[in-house]
Amino acid sequence: MDLNYTPEEESFRAEVREFLCAELPADIRAKVNLGRRMHKEDLVRWQKILYQRGWGAGMWPRRFGGAGWSVVQQHIFDEEGAASGAPPQIPFSLRMVAPVLMTYGNAAQQQYYLPRIISGQDWWCQGYSEPGSGSDLASLRTSAVRQGDHYLVNGQKTWNTLGQYADWIFCLVRTSSEVRPQQGISFLLIDMKTPGVSVRPIITIEGEHEINDIFFENVKVPLQNLVGDENSGWTYAKFLLGHERTNNAGIGNCKRGLKRLKKIAATQTMHGRPLIEDSRFRDRIAQVELELMALEITNLRVLSAEASEARAPGPEASILKIKGSEIIQQIAELQMHALGHDALLYVRDALELDWSPPSLLADHYPDYAPVLSGQYFNQRKTTIYAGSTEIQKNIISKLILGL
Amino acid sequence: MDFRYSEEQLALQDTLQRFISRDYGFERRRALARTPLGFSAEAWEQYAALGLLALPYPEEFGGLGGNGVDIMAVMETIGQGLLLEPYLSTVVLCGGLIRDAAAAPVKSSILPQIAAGQLRIALAAYEAAGRYDLAHVACSATPNGGGWTLSGRKAVVLDAPSADYFLVSARATGRAADAQGISLFLIARDAPGITLFEYPTQSGGRAADLQLEDVAAGPDALIGEPGRALAIIERAVDSAIAALCAEALGIVTALNEATLNYLKTRKQFGVPIGAFQALQHRMAEMIIAAEQTRSMAIIAAVHVDADDAVKRRRAISGAKAYIGQAARFVGQQAVQLHGAMGVVDDVIVSHYFKRLTMIDMTLGDADLHLARFSEAAAIEPQDA
Repeated sequence: MDLNYTPEEESFRAEVREFLCAELPADIRAKVNLGRRMHKEDLVRWQKILYQRGWGAGMWPRRFGGAGWSVVQQHIFDEEGAASGAPPQIPFSLRMVAPVLMTYGNAAQQQYYLPRIISGQDWWCQGYSEPGSGSDLASLRTSAVRQGDHYLVNGQKTWNTLGQYADWIFCLVRTSSEVRPQQGISFLLIDMKTPGVSVRPIITIEGEHEINDIFFENVKVPLQNLVGDENSGWTYAKFLLGHERTNNAGIGNCKRGLKRLKKIAATQTMHGRPLIEDSRFRDRIAQVELELMALEITNLRVLSAEASEARAPGPEASILKIKGSEIIQQIAELQMHALGHDALLYVRDALELDWSPPSLLADHYPDYAPVLSGQYFNQRKTTIYAGSTEIQKNIISKLILGL
Repeated sequence: MDFRYSEEQLALQDTLQRFISRDYGFERRRALARTPLGFSAEAWEQYAALGLLALPYPEEFGGLGGNGVDIMAVMETIGQGLLLEPYLSTVVLCGGLIRDAAAAPVKSSILPQIAAGQLRIALAAYEAAGRYDLAHVACSATPNGGGWTLSGRKAVVLDAPSADYFLVSARATGRAADAQGISLFLIARDAPGITLFEYPTQSGGRAADLQLEDVAAGPDALIGEPGRALAIIERAVDSAIAALCAEALGIVTALNEATLNYLKTRKQFGVPIGAFQALQHRMAEMIIAAEQTRSMAIIAAVHVDADDAVKRRRAISGAKAYIGQAARFVGQQAVQLHGAMGVVDDVIVSHYFKRLTMIDMTLGDADLHLARFSEAAAIEPQDA
């Protein structure tokens, strides 16, 4: 047993840290650290900077332009990025559709789409859930009917994240109703500019526009936009799910949140003393810190097993998803509670970086305050999306426990 | 990074597991727990023959030079087998303390005897009013010629009835609960003036309260420097806590295995009860708790040998607090999922549960260690 990183990994960490220090733009860093509203331009700019460095896609194989990192290297990169205030890379293109294209796409698709993804040129979103198909995804009904050289797509996707920015959407569509639900699904790439595609914002609990309904009305999609074989989409979707789960414990993000929570608790006061000296509050922080300490090691155990056995993430990723999502929710909850009655304020403008508080607010409403309640509400999504906690427990029961 | 046990550690576990399945089945264990000794003297000889009793000592004292992870591997298996022998008290706690703090002649005399299975020691550190506070020492050490005279009482001295020696903390200066002024003495069990009130423990072991009346301690009985024993006791207790974490891990793993097996075989309403989602999800939570417990036991094991006392204590307390809670959850749910089978004496589940519960109550419970872990956070610099 050896919990130390190798000298090579340590020097990689130093290299990442140096790069972040030099290349991460100050305004983006500030937005991340203060939890301010992110715009498309911020995320695309950061992707282009990473691409310039050759780190546009850390874990992609080199033959597709990736950096060919190991899971441990990717973990180090994520951890350092989170610690320094780097935004997350948009997962839908890099970690979701790209691995599917690399594994099941044809050469023409790989050559066209992958360079546009890694360079930040194209923004992708995901078309999976439907109004009637959430946890029971295989019951989806958006249909794609072959008509000559194209499919005619009709239906509705929902809970689509950041589709308002997207150039492309990858969709699970029904191409056959004759067979078991899982066997009649295909994986289709759709240009968001195609006539008949429309995006309707869904405003979420905290008042922001992060997700959408996407409607397809007689949308003509060229046959060459089918990935792999018709009616094999469910296989690709399950494969994608495995990649989505890589590093889904979000350890770096949780560590940043915890550090921030402690700082807030040291700044806020109660009875004239720092809140962190109140043992009742501090014990709640300690409790979540312990969960995170354990999860960091559990995560590394899973990663190093994947690395040493050269295999894809297995069902143990469900453990990471359950715990990681609970921890980030608890941290968000404590951050909000640390504010006391300042948590009640809802100042939309305050989510922009250039906002400064009016003088009457300034003495009790610090720069970290405006986002915390919204983040608490927003983070309720983490135990629901990407396979809810209950679905993850079903996976554990079936695949780990054999029940 | 590698989180696996080494080949040697796996071999050690394998050997011990084979011994358990051959000679230490559940019925045998129940019978042993009812004997006057409360454990197996033959097993103790076996452990000596296997090298387990020599594991954490330097080679120059007849040891094998093992580290915290080696002890973790052994204690995990001890947990699986619910072994009753005083390995923790003698080998980890007292032997470890002597290894770290005693003068060379004491080490040369004591450690090889422990390694050979010829000598057992129990730590007499806690007192009745002190709860888990190792600094709460009212027991007095009065200078007497070149040595000391000890008087006072010690409470719940684990494995005292079978011990040949006691390590006794006593105070020459200051008041009870002062960190300074505590000394540690190695006292033979049959020293005049020592009386034991012996009793079994809830989880099948043995313990005693000690009364010391003018017990003579010679100059060579002193372990470490006079008045400065607290730090060395704490260090030894920390390593024992890490070992308890590993023992809990072994039990949690075994309990989950037993419970899963029960869910697959016990039928009600015409189906195995594991077909019910309420129970599936509970079992999933128990598996998650076990994985997190393993991670925390690893954290404890690798910090045992850390010289930075602040860092060490934070990691050890964190692990003990977390595992106390996680093991309580798994233990209670294992009993619940076994239904009435979980609360009878002749099924192993209740014995696992009792041992897990008593591990939490030993050397500081989850609340105490959470508080200690939490207090450390208040003094961290918040530089972010």
